[in-house]
Order: sequence, then structure tokens, then C-alpha cells
Amino acid sequence: MDSDYAIIGGGVVGLSVAWGLLGRGRSVTVIDGDDGSFRASRGNFGLVWVQSKGMNQPRYASWSQASVAAWRGFAEELREGTGEDPALRQNGGYDLHFSEETLAETVARYEVLKAKLGGNYPYEVLGHNELRMEEPAIGPKVAGAILHHQDGHANPLKLLRALAADVRRRGGRVLNGKTVQSVSRNDVFRIECTDGTIVEAARTVLSAGLGSAALGPKMGFRAPIRPQRGQVLITEKLPKLLNRPSLLARQVDEGGVQIGVTNEEVGHDDTVTVEGIAGIAAQAIAAYPVLAKAQLVRSWGALRVLSPDGLPIYQHSREMPGAYLVTCHSGVTLAAAHARFLPDWLEGTAQAPDLEVFSEDRFDLS
Amino acid sequence: MRDADLVILGAGPAGMAAARTAAEAGLVVVLLDEQPRAGGQIYRDVERAGERRAAILGADYLKGADLVRDLPHPNIRHLAGATAWQVEEGRRVAFTLDGEAELVEGRRLLIATGALERPMPIPGWTLPGVMTAGAAQILLKQSGMVCEGAVLAGCGPLLYLVAAQMCRAGTPPLALVETQTAADRLAALRHIGGALRGWRALAKGLGLLAELRRAGVRRYTGASDLAVEGGAQAQALRFTAGGRAHRIACSTVLLHHGVVPNTQVARSIGVPHRWDDAQRAFVPERDPWGRAAGLEGVFIAGDGGGIGGAGAAALAGRLAALAVACDLGRLSPGERDRAARPLRAALSRELAVRPFLDRAYPPFAGALRPGDDTLICRCEEVTAGDIRRYASIGCLGPNQTKAFGRVGMGPCQGRYCGLTVTELLADANGRSQDETGYYRIRPPLKPVTLGELAALAASQSKETAE
Amino acid sequence: MKTASTFRELEPEGPRVRVRFAGRDLLLREGGNLAAELLAAGVTPFRRTPVSGAPRAPFCMMGACFDCLVEIDGVTRQACMCEVGPGMEIAMPFAERDGDA
Ligand SMILES: Cc1cc2nc3c(=O)[nH]c(=O)nc-3n(C[C@H](O)[C@H](O)[C@H](O)COP(=O)(O)OP(=O)(O)OC[C@H]3O[C@@H](n4cnc5c(N)ncnc54)[C@H](O)[C@@H]3O)c2cc1C
Ligand SMILES: Cc1cc2nc3c(=O)[nH]c(=O)nc-3n(C[C@H](O)[C@H](O)[C@H](O)COP(=O)(O)OP(=O)(O)OC[C@H]3O[C@@H](n4cnc5c(N)ncnc54)[C@H](O)[C@@H]3O)c2cc1C
Ligand code: FES
Repeated sequence: MDSDYAIIGGGVVGLSVAWGLLGRGRSVTVIDGDDGSFRASRGNFGLVWVQSKGMNQPRYASWSQASVAAWRGFAEELREGTGEDPALRQNGGYDLHFSEETLAETVARYEVLKAKLGGNYPYEVLGHNELRMEEPAIGPKVAGAILHHQDGHANPLKLLRALAADVRRRGGRVLNGKTVQSVSRNDVFRIECTDGTIVEAARTVLSAGLGSAALGPKMGFRAPIRPQRGQVLITEKLPKLLNRPSLLARQVDEGGVQIGVTNEEVGHDDTVTVEGIAGIAAQAIAAYPVLAKAQLVRSWGALRVLSPDGLPIYQHSREMPGAYLVTCHSGVTLAAAHARFLPDWLEGTAQAPDLEVFSEDRFDLS
Repeated sequence: MRDADLVILGAGPAGMAAARTAAEAGLVVVLLDEQPRAGGQIYRDVERAGERRAAILGADYLKGADLVRDLPHPNIRHLAGATAWQVEEGRRVAFTLDGEAELVEGRRLLIATGALERPMPIPGWTLPGVMTAGAAQILLKQSGMVCEGAVLAGCGPLLYLVAAQMCRAGTPPLALVETQTAADRLAALRHIGGALRGWRALAKGLGLLAELRRAGVRRYTGASDLAVEGGAQAQALRFTAGGRAHRIACSTVLLHHGVVPNTQVARSIGVPHRWDDAQRAFVPERDPWGRAAGLEGVFIAGDGGGIGGAGAAALAGRLAALAVACDLGRLSPGERDRAARPLRAALSRELAVRPFLDRAYPPFAGALRPGDDTLICRCEEVTAGDIRRYASIGCLGPNQTKAFGRVGMGPCQGRYCGLTVTELLADANGRSQDETGYYRIRPPLKPVTLGELAALAASQSKETAE
Repeated sequence: MKTASTFRELEPEGPRVRVRFAGRDLLLREGGNLAAELLAAGVTPFRRTPVSGAPRAPFCMMGACFDCLVEIDGVTRQACMCEVGPGMEIAMPFAERDGDA
């Protein structure tokens, strides 16, 4: 047998889980695809975010909050291990509004959620003038914003690199350029790749992003996952312009302003369209007019890994005991939870978080 | 939005020749080039060159004047100064002209964006004062400017040409530091048969060498360990040659070790590419008409499809135009093939010398796989050592190193680091260049301001609203 | 920032216009290539990189390397792709970066 755990998929989700398991002394083999595969972990917006998550499922909000609270320590440990700093900034973040009405509606919904969370939902509403004090670059079209103090952002690429380096440093075995085609189980799991590579492990975690949709059913999961395209822009490096991130734009630690993000149901198509990028550019300029003069250097399309309700799926296979499906839309936000808390759930310890609401069973109801 | 039968990107010899041929066949052509005047790299500003410049640049350069003179035609709309930044679905081109973004859609697209000088990462190559030899030539062609006390380093015919042009301008280089070796020359002799068929090119090369000798330019061959010294500005070129270390003080170093296809546009729309070992670069896959593999209606001609020189570029442009004219019903297949026959014969003569040149002037090995401390990504300042380190944490291809280290993410979009990263990863992982692959090229191909881009959203929604 | 140029114009005649680069006045050939004209005027470096602050000047002269970036009217442009116009206000891009990010 190769290891205690085989992790299928080495994106931010698989690597976070692997890193956490290694920290508990488990041996781990990570199997990851090739340079050209769809990788949400390489194309995302980098928010470490709470607001607007779990509006209909408070447990998702509190799970995100737990992760966000654990992120600082997680980042620190990664930095100690690798010398790589994932550039975490947790000074709050905005949901910008162009009309008083949408702002008021959102606040009303936040109040409902806040009550369900026992009051732990620290946000404040900033009118245009107050917002302008915080963000001098804000434009006249912005009516106001919700500033949520638990929000923040990180550099998702530095996170990914640090995880890749530290998983190896902690003794994890990582096989790159492999595509898992089948998984079987007798005494142990036997995972077979298209190039003939075989990995044997006592347990296996399926965290292959969009790849889980095809592998899942072979392992006793429904894995109802679909791609959703997001187009993202980044400008040339600019002097400090934006203090806090918003859902529309954030200034990354290297200086570029990242602008997002479209939501498009176009299947496995990650191309960039003029219409898509022109639209988000216009929106960003409406929020921050000075951006009109900034040069766009890059744009890309990346595919979100979405479940039908947008919430994570954490599922134990009934057909193949010892196999777990782990997938989510907000893998950056949840990286700390996956590294710190999910291993308890996988190992079934007394500290295991209650993840019942994230079971696939919820899709039976509909 | 404008439209056309054929949209051509690039007004070098390939694009100009294609435009004329297509226009004569009755096609409506839109020809875009980001330069203010037609000509491409080789014939840059040829129509404006006065007598003095013409004498320095030589007869080959002046040949381009014919192509430029032929360009005006009622069917050709030449948009000079138009920078193409995105191609959608192989047909629709977004570009910026005079600070405004626009779209043009063609029934066919011809990519004729030419070549780039092969990146030559050596220590100090980012210092002010270090330029490409091509850049010095552009200064001469476009601005009538020469540069005093420069050292030329690298290899290949263009290096000799630029050196000779500098001599004619009365500012000979201090030295020519060549990286090819006597062994390269010997190996190249195997291809001398082909080269003799293209004897004109060979004779030209010998003529240039004689010119350099007459001007008393010092030549070093088989040079290695090249490095530029300096702090705020280049101060000297160091290298080893003939078993000895040399240092030449100079404030301008002109580097060149060949040209490679500029594949940005073709890559951005998903044309498959393969590694060409002789040219040591990726080339797009095409049929003999230049039709790109796997995409409807996209053609590639000129150096962007594989290095062949200006003569070959113009011929390939004409061939592609004939194929487009036939596709769109302006020529019968018989007419197309008849017109193509002499062009193909001429093309094979033009290409005959290439195997000899590729072998005689191989790229400088020290710049294909530079030492760990050498910067290979000029924009994001990433070193060769960084790339090797990323390989050790699992990077098999350039898209993962891009995510890990920002290499290729800067404004040049990987133009001056892409091939180096492929070579370094292939070497570190023991895989071929084809297996290693290349950057996924994303729009914009050249930066565009958000304001220009956003205006397009407004105009599009206006169109739909109306 | 301004040194004796090693670049020489073969045909220095023709009308010149006043242009400001990083606060100093320069007389450049009208309609000339901006990067070339700045080089001839002895300007170096053109900019400092946002990553390490290293000095840079034109490298390729064909719009491919982006080392000639300058700021004209608040927009970053490739000097080698611009023509000299009267009264141009040119700055080093990124000049006021505070180094905090
Ligand atoms: C545009 C966009 C913006 C986003 N913004 C944010 C944000 O601001 N904050 C946030 O928290 N999240 C954000 N996300 C979501 C986040 O990026 C994802 O949740 C996260 O990256 C998912 O990681 P993953 O590891 O599950 O998937 P991936 O990164 O896609 O990784 C899956 C891996 O599995 C491998 N694989 C697939 N199939 C196989 C197989 N058969 N065999 C072996 N390996 C296989 C692939 O090679 C790949 O490396 C965003 C996503 C997108 C697309
Ligand atoms: C710097 C340099 C100098 C050279 N000098 C010589 C020489 O002196 N003698 C010689 O024999 N060969 C020379 N060569 C090789 C020569 O360029 C080619 O053999 C020949 O020019 C190829 O012609 P082409 O039509 O394929 O491309 P090119 O002549 O390179 O034309 C391509 C055109 O496309 C345009 N373009 C590219 N991208 C875009 C875009 N996104 N939007 C709009 N326009 C775009 C460019 O501005 C350019 O004008 C040189 C090459 C380089 C790179
Ligand atoms: S000098 Fe290379 S882009 Fe201008």
C-alpha cells in the first residue's frame, strides 16, 4: 500500500486537505492532472469572504466564518513552512451598490441571517460619503456599500504554490500529470491512471474539481457538479488605489487591480469574450472611474465548480466505505477549514465538525 | 462594426502581398497593422527612407517599396496604427485605433504577424543599453538613427546584416561576438546542397562578411559565458572565446540569435502548434495554403507560420490569398492551382537555404538554458532558478509556472520568456518541448485601457437596444 | 536621467517640438518615434520596474517587450509605438508608487 490517503485532484481543495492530513501524521499521495486541465484554483478572484454566503443556509455562513477565522494561523504556518506568504489581508470587504434600493434589500436579508447566527455578523452600512472617506477612488454612481469586517482577500496563486511546496515538505507524495480513470476497492483502494500508474491507499478523497463529476458516480457519489464560467480582468500594476476588496474589484498585493466576474452557464468553455470583459470593465469604471485610464494586461475565463445550490458537498461513500467527496465553490475561503477541520471529519474524531447539511442527501429532496 | 471578406493582421511582406492578391481577385480586404506605416519589420518605413538611409540599408530593403506602392487599391482598406488585441471565434477582431476600440469581422482571417527576435536571456540583458540587434535596425530604418560604440553579440544572418549596415552608416560596431562554433559550421555543410540552390542568400552572407572585414570589425567566434556588466546602464560585455576571458567596455550591447514565429494570435484562438527542432521554436500547424489546422477560415502566412524570410513571406501571403479567393468563390480550384504553381516553385527556392542557416547559426546554448540567477521573464523579473524550483514542486508545464511565479503574466504576455520557460521545464522534467507545451495566450494580445474596452460594452448594448 | 547619448541622428534637420519628460523640457523631432527621440535626447532609464525598481529602457523597438513604457496624459503607453507631438507631458510610469503593496 502506498499511503493512508490517496487524494484525487491537486487543486486548492485537494492540497488543503492533504496538508491537514499530513499535519496529523497521515501518509498521503496526491494525484493531479496535467498543465492544461481546468483548474479553478488558478483562475479565481482570491476573496477570503463571508458576506452574502449562506443566505439560505446559515450553516454555510458559519462554516465560512470558521474558516476565515482560522485563515490567519493557517497562512502563518504555511509561511513558516515554506517562506511563502499568501498575502492575506483581513481588513473587511465591500458589497458595493449602485442604488439605495438594492442596498436596503440586501441589508434586510443580512439582518435575517445575523439573527440566525446569534448576532455574529459584523457589518456596517456606508453611505456614499462615508464610503468615499474610506475609498477616495469611489465614483459618484456608487450609492453606498456594505462593509463586512470578516471579509478579506489573499493571493490565491501564492496560496497554491505554498501548499504545493509544503505538502511535499511535509512528506506528501505528489504525482503530477496523471489522470485517474478508475477507482476500485477490495481490502484497499486501487486507483488507476490513464498512463497505467496505480496508487493504493486505505482511504481516498475525491477532490478533482470538475473532474469529480465523471469519477464520482464510479465511487458511489452523485457528484452533481457543473461548470460555470467567470471572466476576470487584471490591470497593469498601479500605485495604491483601493484599500479594501469588493466583489467587483480588488487590488492584489503585486499592484494590479483584479476585476470580476461574470457568471455564465456555457459548459466546459473557458474562453474570453469581448462582450464579457467589456461588461465587467464598464462596471468597474462605474465604481472606480479612475480605472478608465488603466491598461488591461490580462483577462481569462475560469470555470467554477458548482453544486446545484452552490454549497459545498462533503459526502462519505456508502458504496465504497473510506471514500469521500470534497468539493466546493469557495475553495480559497474554505482552505483553512479544509486544512484545519476537515481532517477530523475524515478521521471521524470527536472534534469532527457537523457537516450533515452538506451531504449529497440534500439533493434527494428536490 | 466593420466587415470584410478577408481581415489581415500584419502589413509586412506576407500581409501586403496577400492583400493585393486578394483585392485583385475581387475580395474586400481590411488590413490592420499597429505600425503607422506599412512594411512590417523588414521593410519598416521603406516609403519614407531618403537616399542616405537607402544606401545604408541596401537593395534588399528597397525591394519592399514595390509592395508598399502596390498596396493602394479600391478593395483594400489599410488601417494603419490599429492594434489588434483580441480575436474571437477566429473571425472577429477587436482593435484600438486612435484611442478607440472597434470590431471588424471577416469571412476569413489571415494572421501575418511575423516574427520576434528569439529571447536571449544572459546576465544583464535587462539593463538600459542592451537592445536587440533588430531594435538597432529599426532605429535606423524608422528614425535614421545610429548608435556609436556598440557591441553586437549572438549569431545569425541578421547580426551580420545589422553590423554591415552600421559600418555603412559610419558607425561600425566595436566588435562582433559570435556564439556559433566551428563545429556548427561543419555540421551545416551537410545542408550545403540546399543552400546552393538558394545561392543568392549565401552569396549575400559572404558579401556581408567581406564588408565587415574591410571595415576592420573585430570578430570573436565560439563565444560563451556572455554577460553584460553594469548598474544603471550597460558598461561592458564579458565573454569567453578561444579559451580566454574577454571584457569589452561599451554602453550599448545589441543581442540577436535568430528570429522565431510570433504565435500570439494563433495561440490565442487555439491553433495547434508543434515543436520544430530545426528552428528550435513552436510553429502553428497549417496546410500548404497556410490554412490553420482545426479552425474554420483562419490562415497563417509569413514568418508567423515558421521562419522563411521576407521573400517566402510574400509568396506565402499570395498563396493564402488565392486559397481564400477560391473558398469564397472568386477563383475556381483550377485557377487557384494554376496561379499557385509558380509561387510554390519560387517558395521552395526561397526556403532552400534555411536548413543550412538553422544548422550553421544555432541559438546560443547558454541563453536557451541560462544559469539560475539570470532573469528570464523581463516583466515579472523571474529567474531561471525560479523555474527550476517550480519544476521541483510539480510544474510540468508553463501554465502552472505562470500561476506559481507570475512568469509570463506581465504586459509582454510571454513574448520574451515563453520559449525559455518551455526549454527550462523540458530540461528539468526530462520531457520533450511538445509534451511540456506553451502558455495559454489570453486577450488582450496588447494592452487596452479599460475605458476603451468599456466603451465597446456601451456601443454593443446600444446596438441591441436599438 | 539624461546623459550624453550614444545615439546619433543621421538627418537631424526638420521641425522640433517641446516635450516634457519627467519634469524636464526636451526638443524632439515632430512626428518622430517617441522612444527613438527620447534615446537621442539622452533619456535613460525610461522607467523603473514595479517589481524591483530596476531601471529599464527600450529593448525591442517593435512593441513587443514593454520596456519602453512611459506615462502620457495619465495612461501607460509604449514609447516605441507613439509619435512625438507638441506639448506632450510624459512621466515615468508608476512614479508615485508607495511600495506598501
Ligand atoms: C472566476 C472564479 C472566481 C472565484 N473566486 C473565488 C473567490 O474569490 N474566493 C474563493 O474562495 N473561491 C473562489 N472561486 C472558487 C475556487 O477557485 C474554487 O472553489 C477552487 O479553486 C476549487 O478548487 P478545486 O481544487 O476543487 O478544483 P480545481 O482547482 O479545478 O482542481 C481540480 C484538480 O483536479 C485535477 N483533476 C481533475 N480530474 C482529475 C482526474 N481524473 N485525475 C487526476 N486529477 C484530476 C485537475 O488537474 C485539477 O488540478 C472562484 C472560482 C472561479 C472560477
Ligand atoms: C526586428 C526584426 C528585424 C528584421 N530585419 C530583417 C532584415 O533586415 N532583413 C531580413 O531579411 N529579415 C529581417 N527580419 C526578418 C523579417 O522580419 C521577416 O523575414 C519578414 O519581415 C517576415 O514578414 P512577415 O510579413 O511575416 O512579418 P512582419 O514583416 O514581421 O510583419 C508583421 C506585422 O504585423 C504587425 N503586428 C503584429 N502583431 C500585431 C497586432 N497585435 N496588431 C496589429 N499589428 C500587429 C507588426 O506591426 C508587423 O508590421 C527581421 C525581423 C525582425 C523581428
Ligand atoms: S521597446 Fe520593446 S515595446 Fe517598446
